[in-house]
Amino acid sequence: MISVQQQDFNQQVEHERLRCQSSIGAIVTFTGLVRDINDGQAVSDLSLEHYPGMTEKCLVDIVEKAKARWHIIASTVIHRVGQLSVTDQIVFVGIASQHRGDAFAACEFIMDYLKTEAPFWKKETMENGQTKWVDARESDQKTLSKWAE
Amino acid sequence: MITVLFFAKLSEQLGERSLQVEASQAADTDQLFQYLTQYKAEWSSILNSQPCLKAVNQAMVNTNVTLKSGDEVAYFPPVTGG
Repeated sequence: MISVQQQDFNQQVEHERLRCQSSIGAIVTFTGLVRDINDGQAVSDLSLEHYPGMTEKCLVDIVEKAKARWHIIASTVIHRVGQLSVTDQIVFVGIASQHRGDAFAACEFIMDYLKTEAPFWKKETMENGQTKWVDARESDQKTLSKWAE
Repeated sequence: MITVLFFAKLSEQLGERSLQVEASQAADTDQLFQYLTQYKAEWSSILNSQPCLKAVNQAMVNTNVTLKSGDEVAYFPPVTGG
């Protein structure tokens, strides 16, 4: 399941949705949150813009790439857009597999590619009221090298 | 016509979210980029002063791509989701 949405998500509901078959022996989930500090500056709010249509296609592609590498029985990727506040949930990736190794690896792989390929952009509002588009991190690009085949 | 979309910081700086360009003005993405740099006085410096990714018909491309009427070309900064 892939969803780009404004509304919040419920981890328990998503976890239960992934428990869909008796062959599943492991579920790994990742949740990204709005942090109160970025590059040393206090953050109060975040707005998330995306490219409707391309974003969903890109997330489908990333999950397909993961399915080609690991045995995935069920997967969920949810990414929120719009106005968010500190501590809000931004992104959820959940992977159900027979064994934990595949689930851990696929979950990390999907997050690493999502951060560098999926067309989302964050704009932060600081506590002093100033706004700032978040710059892409070179370290996120470097992280991808570990997945080179 | 070719639909051109801009996102995030780039869209704010250019003051446009989308525009339509005659296909005869842009046979490929290199020509389209040239056309855009001359669209308004300040666009050349904005488009050439920062990393600018492009997607054609919602797929990222990093080479010159032939365009035809009905294509959608998007320009945007490096992505920062997650």
